Amino acid sequence: MKAAAAALAVSASFLAVSVVLAQTRSSDKPPVGAAPKYDPAIYAELQKAPEKARNRANPLQNDADAVAAGAILFEQHCAECHGDAAQGGKKGPNLRAVEVQGATPGAIFWILTNGVVRKGMPVWSKLPEPQRWQLVRYIKSLGEAARVGESPAPKP
Amino acid sequence: MALFCRLALHGFFSFFVFLVLYLPPARAQEQPYFVAYDHYLEEPGSLEIEYFSTFGTQRGGNNFHAYWAEFEYGATAWWTTEFYLDGQTTFHDSTEFTGFRWENRFRLLKHEHFINPVLYVEYENKNGADKILKEGEGHDVESDFLVSNAEARKEHIHEVELKLILSSTFKGWNFTENTLAAKNLSNSPWEFGYALGASRPLALKASAKRCTFCPQNFVGGVEMFGGLGDRHNFGLHDTSHYLAPVLAWNLPSGWTLRVSPGFGLNDNSHQFLMRWGVSREITGFGSMVSRLFGGHK
Repeated sequence: MKAAAAALAVSASFLAVSVVLAQTRSSDKPPVGAAPKYDPAIYAELQKAPEKARNRANPLQNDADAVAAGAILFEQHCAECHGDAAQGGKKGPNLRAVEVQGATPGAIFWILTNGVVRKGMPVWSKLPEPQRWQLVRYIKSLGEAARVGESPAPKP
Repeated sequence: MALFCRLALHGFFSFFVFLVLYLPPARAQEQPYFVAYDHYLEEPGSLEIEYFSTFGTQRGGNNFHAYWAEFEYGATAWWTTEFYLDGQTTFHDSTEFTGFRWENRFRLLKHEHFINPVLYVEYENKNGADKILKEGEGHDVESDFLVSNAEARKEHIHEVELKLILSSTFKGWNFTENTLAAKNLSNSPWEFGYALGASRPLALKASAKRCTFCPQNFVGGVEMFGGLGDRHNFGLHDTSHYLAPVLAWNLPSGWTLRVSPGFGLNDNSHQFLMRWGVSREITGFGSMVSRLFGGHK
């Protein structure tokens, strides 16, 4: 009986910690209807990529399926924070922003691999390297699509 | 008090059934390990609900079925906290609730490196009938499990467990090494153990179509774990060791299924362990709780 009571006490504290952390994050959210605004410094993380990483070319740049596969991966792993259309969401910045679209594929890959752990972006190296390059290809395709005024990738 | 606890536990269970059924799942990319840990933590704000089962053979006694539920929450990108409830059924004996565990994992470095350290700190409040075999430690051997549940549950164990997790990812493979030190808070010496794991998805590129049976949804590997004695008698003498192939199937619906047949490597080990598990990751749990308690919509 003591164990069950202790289990409940721990559950309650677990829940309380969740609430505190969740409220801390949600207090950063903009009012309903307003476009999410982000500190431009958040994009500065892209500049922290070492030169060697920045200069890496995407080995799947010419892979015909990379954008479609990247779109599925984005929906599964990234949309929760960055929004369904990568326009920015509850926690993650707009990936259609010029700072991201102007970054090299290597810099985006570096961010995916290393995360921005102190600012809430997890490490995504658990996705195999080819999948991270597929994601990079999809993210960069958003900028290409904007330039020609069409939707980036057909929903598979 | 008994009625209160029963109602509270039912409420707790119902709450999580609600979460599993009604909150949006995330497509998990889970490793297949049951014992070893890698350096990947839960995404911030996500809750993973897991159920695991271990069937074990017992020479000279009754086989058993041990099970545990895990609630794993990504508090931040560098901290994951996890709560366990353990139980077991020993055939021809009884069914026991054996205790709970509270585990925390902290990522120590902010960037990805060739070897990535994670610090693991766990508190266990369990009784001597616990049989989930979630780790190998000290001089734990098969004959310890011969004691009847009625006798074993009289032993109360308050234990702190520390692990240093060193994990690498190389060309799609994950290699992990866990070193364990555990201390029963009663007058017992520090005990030690280890776990090793290697795993790889069956395909590294994702398919351009949604699919259930695509090879990238399967992660296969192997893990090995066992005890390393205690402070007074460190080494392999009177310790048990296991080798277990592992397989995880990450379904597009957000569910992950895992299976692992384990084999004892010496006479002190159970000859055979059959493990399986099912889990589901729920995104936005933190935000949902925030709204529940009047946070921003």
